[in-house]
Amino acid sequence: MSRRPLVREVPPTSWFFRHPRYLRYMAREVTCIFIGAYCVLLVVGLQRLAAGQASYEAFLAALRSPASIVFHALALVAAVYHAATWFNATQKAMPVQVGEDFLPGTVISGAHYVAWVVLSFVVLFLAGVF
Amino acid sequence: MAKSHKPVVWFPFAAGGTVIAFCIPVIVLLTSMAALGHVPDGLGYERMHAFAAGALGKLVIFSVVALSLWSSAHRLRCTCFDFGLRADKVVATVLYLAAVAGSVATAVYLLRI
Repeated sequence: MSRRPLVREVPPTSWFFRHPRYLRYMAREVTCIFIGAYCVLLVVGLQRLAAGQASYEAFLAALRSPASIVFHALALVAAVYHAATWFNATQKAMPVQVGEDFLPGTVISGAHYVAWVVLSFVVLFLAGVF
Repeated sequence: MAKSHKPVVWFPFAAGGTVIAFCIPVIVLLTSMAALGHVPDGLGYERMHAFAAGALGKLVIFSVVALSLWSSAHRLRCTCFDFGLRADKVVATVLYLAAVAGSVATAVYLLRI
Protein backbone atom coordinates (compact mmCIF):
# COMPACT_ATOMS: atom_id res chain seq x y z
CA MET A 1 0.00 0.00 0.00
CA SER A 2 1.38 3.32 -0.95
CA ARG A 3 0.44 6.54 0.74
CA ARG A 4 0.99 9.86 -0.81
CA PRO A 5 2.00 12.41 1.77
CA LEU A 6 -0.22 15.45 2.07
CA VAL A 7 1.44 18.40 0.38
CA ARG A 8 -0.20 21.68 1.17
CA GLU A 9 0.27 24.41 -1.36
CA VAL A 10 1.38 27.44 0.62
CA PRO A 11 2.21 30.55 -1.40
CA PRO A 12 5.64 31.51 -0.02
CA THR A 13 5.25 35.26 -0.33
CA SER A 14 1.56 35.99 0.15
CA TRP A 15 0.39 33.43 2.73
CA PHE A 16 -0.10 36.05 5.41
CA PHE A 17 -2.96 37.71 3.51
CA ARG A 18 -5.05 34.59 4.07
CA HIS A 19 -6.07 35.34 7.63
CA PRO A 20 -6.11 38.52 9.75
CA ARG A 21 -4.23 36.60 12.45
CA TYR A 22 -1.35 35.96 10.05
CA LEU A 23 -1.39 39.61 9.06
CA ARG A 24 -1.13 40.72 12.70
CA TYR A 25 1.75 38.29 13.19
CA MET A 26 3.58 39.78 10.21
CA ALA A 27 2.83 43.35 11.32
CA ARG A 28 4.54 42.50 14.60
CA GLU A 29 7.50 40.85 12.89
CA VAL A 30 8.01 43.78 10.51
CA THR A 31 8.49 46.16 13.47
CA CYS A 32 11.92 44.54 13.96
CA ILE A 33 13.16 46.29 10.80
CA PHE A 34 12.59 49.69 12.42
CA ILE A 35 13.94 48.54 15.81
CA GLY A 36 17.06 47.14 14.13
CA ALA A 37 17.60 50.32 12.13
CA TYR A 38 17.09 52.37 15.27
CA CYS A 39 19.72 50.30 17.11
CA VAL A 40 22.16 51.09 14.30
CA LEU A 41 21.34 54.77 14.84
CA LEU A 42 22.15 54.32 18.56
CA VAL A 43 25.51 52.74 17.71
CA VAL A 44 26.30 55.68 15.39
CA GLY A 45 25.31 58.07 18.18
CA LEU A 46 27.70 56.32 20.57
CA GLN A 47 30.49 56.56 18.03
CA ARG A 48 29.86 60.33 17.77
CA LEU A 49 29.74 60.63 21.56
CA ALA A 50 33.12 58.90 21.78
CA ALA A 51 34.50 61.21 19.06
CA GLY A 52 33.98 64.37 21.11
CA GLN A 53 31.60 67.24 21.75
CA ALA A 54 31.60 68.82 18.28
CA SER A 55 30.95 65.46 16.63
CA TYR A 56 28.13 64.59 19.06
CA GLU A 57 26.44 67.95 18.63
CA ALA A 58 26.60 67.59 14.85
CA PHE A 59 24.90 64.20 15.30
CA LEU A 60 22.11 65.78 17.38
CA ALA A 61 21.69 68.49 14.73
CA ALA A 62 21.51 65.84 11.98
CA LEU A 63 18.62 64.20 13.85
CA ARG A 64 16.52 67.25 12.96
CA SER A 65 16.35 66.42 9.23
CA PRO A 66 12.86 65.65 7.83
CA ALA A 67 13.91 62.07 7.00
CA SER A 68 15.01 61.57 10.60
CA ILE A 69 11.72 62.95 11.94
CA VAL A 70 9.71 60.57 9.71
CA PHE A 71 11.95 57.67 10.74
CA HIS A 72 11.51 58.51 14.43
CA ALA A 73 7.72 58.58 14.03
CA LEU A 74 7.77 55.14 12.36
CA ALA A 75 10.22 53.75 14.93
CA LEU A 76 8.06 55.03 17.79
CA VAL A 77 4.96 53.32 16.39
CA ALA A 78 6.96 50.11 15.83
CA ALA A 79 8.45 50.17 19.33
CA VAL A 80 5.10 50.77 21.04
CA TYR A 81 3.44 48.07 18.92
CA HIS A 82 6.19 45.63 19.82
CA ALA A 83 5.87 46.51 23.51
CA ALA A 84 2.06 46.17 23.58
CA THR A 85 2.05 42.82 21.76
CA TRP A 86 4.93 41.57 23.94
CA PHE A 87 3.11 42.44 27.16
CA ASN A 88 -0.14 40.94 25.85
CA ALA A 89 1.75 37.71 25.15
CA THR A 90 3.27 37.47 28.66
CA GLN A 91 0.06 36.02 30.09
CA LYS A 92 0.30 33.13 27.63
CA ALA A 93 4.07 32.72 27.93
CA MET A 94 4.31 32.68 31.71
CA PRO A 95 1.05 31.86 33.47
CA VAL A 96 1.28 32.21 37.26
CA GLN A 97 -0.35 29.55 39.41
CA VAL A 98 -1.52 30.49 42.90
CA GLY A 99 -2.73 27.43 44.83
CA GLU A 100 -5.24 25.61 42.64
CA ASP A 101 -5.98 28.52 40.32
CA PHE A 102 -4.14 30.51 37.73
CA LEU A 103 -3.80 34.23 38.11
CA PRO A 104 -6.04 36.01 35.55
CA GLY A 105 -4.07 36.87 32.39
CA THR A 106 -5.06 40.52 32.60
CA VAL A 107 -3.26 40.80 35.95
CA ILE A 108 0.01 39.49 34.47
CA SER A 109 -0.16 41.69 31.36
CA GLY A 110 -1.44 44.61 33.44
CA ALA A 111 1.52 44.35 35.82
CA HIS A 112 3.87 44.54 32.82
CA TYR A 113 2.09 47.64 31.50
CA VAL A 114 2.31 49.33 34.90
CA ALA A 115 6.03 48.49 35.20
CA TRP A 116 6.56 49.80 31.64
CA VAL A 117 4.86 53.13 32.36
CA VAL A 118 6.74 53.57 35.66
CA LEU A 119 10.10 52.73 34.06
CA SER A 120 9.42 55.08 31.14
CA PHE A 121 8.60 57.96 33.50
CA VAL A 122 11.73 57.25 35.57
CA VAL A 123 13.88 57.35 32.40
CA LEU A 124 12.18 60.57 31.22
CA PHE A 125 12.76 62.08 34.67
CA LEU A 126 16.44 61.03 34.73
CA ALA A 127 16.85 62.46 31.21
CA GLY A 128 15.61 65.80 32.53
CA VAL A 129 12.40 66.00 30.52
CA PHE A 130 10.54 67.14 33.62
CA MET B 1 23.03 13.62 24.61
CA ALA B 2 22.16 15.66 21.60
CA LYS B 3 23.22 19.24 21.91
CA SER B 4 21.53 22.18 20.28
CA HIS B 5 22.83 25.67 19.66
CA LYS B 6 19.28 26.99 19.91
CA PRO B 7 19.44 28.14 23.56
CA VAL B 8 22.44 30.32 22.67
CA VAL B 9 20.35 32.09 20.03
CA TRP B 10 17.18 32.05 22.06
CA PHE B 11 18.28 33.44 25.38
CA PRO B 12 19.51 36.79 24.01
CA PHE B 13 16.47 36.84 21.71
CA ALA B 14 14.00 36.58 24.59
CA ALA B 15 16.02 38.94 26.78
CA GLY B 16 16.24 41.36 23.85
CA GLY B 17 12.48 41.21 23.26
CA THR B 18 11.92 42.20 26.87
CA VAL B 19 14.53 44.97 26.73
CA ILE B 20 13.01 46.33 23.49
CA ALA B 21 9.52 46.29 25.02
CA PHE B 22 10.54 48.04 28.25
CA CYS B 23 13.32 50.40 27.12
CA ILE B 24 13.26 51.19 23.41
CA PRO B 25 9.93 53.13 23.26
CA VAL B 26 11.10 55.68 25.84
CA ILE B 27 14.55 55.97 24.20
CA VAL B 28 12.90 56.59 20.81
CA LEU B 29 10.72 59.18 22.52
CA LEU B 30 13.83 60.95 23.86
CA THR B 31 15.62 61.08 20.49
CA SER B 32 12.30 62.07 18.84
CA MET B 33 12.31 65.13 21.07
CA ALA B 34 15.85 65.86 19.89
CA ALA B 35 14.67 65.34 16.28
CA LEU B 36 11.94 67.93 16.87
CA GLY B 37 14.50 70.40 18.19
CA HIS B 38 13.89 70.02 21.96
CA VAL B 39 17.00 68.15 23.11
CA PRO B 40 16.32 66.87 26.66
CA ASP B 41 18.98 67.98 29.19
CA GLY B 42 20.03 64.37 29.73
CA LEU B 43 20.88 63.99 26.03
CA GLY B 44 23.25 66.97 26.03
CA TYR B 45 26.95 66.21 25.58
CA GLU B 46 28.03 66.81 29.19
CA ARG B 47 25.43 64.58 30.86
CA MET B 48 25.42 61.90 28.17
CA HIS B 49 29.22 61.70 28.29
CA ALA B 50 29.19 61.53 32.10
CA PHE B 51 26.59 58.74 31.97
CA ALA B 52 28.53 56.71 29.40
CA ALA B 53 31.80 57.27 31.29
CA GLY B 54 30.55 55.46 34.41
CA ALA B 55 30.61 51.68 34.77
CA LEU B 56 26.84 51.48 35.38
CA GLY B 57 26.10 53.64 32.32
CA LYS B 58 28.39 51.50 30.16
CA LEU B 59 26.65 48.33 31.37
CA VAL B 60 23.16 49.75 30.75
CA ILE B 61 24.01 51.09 27.28
CA PHE B 62 25.79 47.93 26.21
CA SER B 63 23.01 45.64 27.48
CA VAL B 64 20.25 47.62 25.82
CA VAL B 65 22.01 48.02 22.45
CA ALA B 66 23.53 44.52 22.18
CA LEU B 67 20.39 42.63 23.28
CA SER B 68 18.11 44.75 21.08
CA LEU B 69 20.42 44.23 18.10
CA TRP B 70 20.52 40.46 18.61
CA SER B 71 16.76 40.19 19.07
CA SER B 72 16.11 42.29 15.96
CA ALA B 73 18.56 40.19 13.94
CA HIS B 74 16.83 36.97 15.00
CA ARG B 75 13.38 38.36 14.22
CA LEU B 76 14.55 39.75 10.89
CA ARG B 77 15.85 36.27 10.03
CA CYS B 78 12.37 34.82 10.68
CA THR B 79 10.74 37.70 8.79
CA CYS B 80 12.95 37.10 5.73
CA PHE B 81 11.86 33.46 5.75
CA ASP B 82 8.20 34.42 6.13
CA PHE B 83 8.47 36.80 3.17
CA GLY B 84 9.68 33.92 1.01
CA LEU B 85 13.45 34.37 1.24
CA ARG B 86 14.38 30.76 1.91
CA ALA B 87 18.19 31.01 1.94
CA ASP B 88 18.08 30.77 5.73
CA LYS B 89 21.74 29.87 6.31
CA VAL B 90 22.97 32.91 4.38
CA VAL B 91 20.41 35.24 5.96
CA ALA B 92 21.16 33.94 9.46
CA THR B 93 24.92 34.26 8.99
CA VAL B 94 24.71 37.81 7.65
CA LEU B 95 22.27 39.04 10.31
CA TYR B 96 23.96 37.40 13.30
CA LEU B 97 27.37 38.64 12.13
CA ALA B 98 25.90 42.13 11.78
CA ALA B 99 24.48 41.94 15.32
CA VAL B 100 27.82 40.76 16.72
CA ALA B 101 29.68 43.49 14.78
CA GLY B 102 27.29 46.12 16.16
CA SER B 103 27.76 44.82 19.71
CA VAL B 104 31.56 44.81 19.39
CA ALA B 105 31.45 48.35 17.97
CA THR B 106 29.27 49.42 20.91
CA ALA B 107 31.78 47.96 23.38
CA VAL B 108 34.72 49.63 21.59
CA TYR B 109 33.04 53.07 21.53
CA LEU B 110 32.03 52.74 25.18
CA LEU B 111 35.60 51.91 26.21
CA ARG B 112 36.84 55.02 24.37
CA ILE B 113 34.56 57.27 26.45
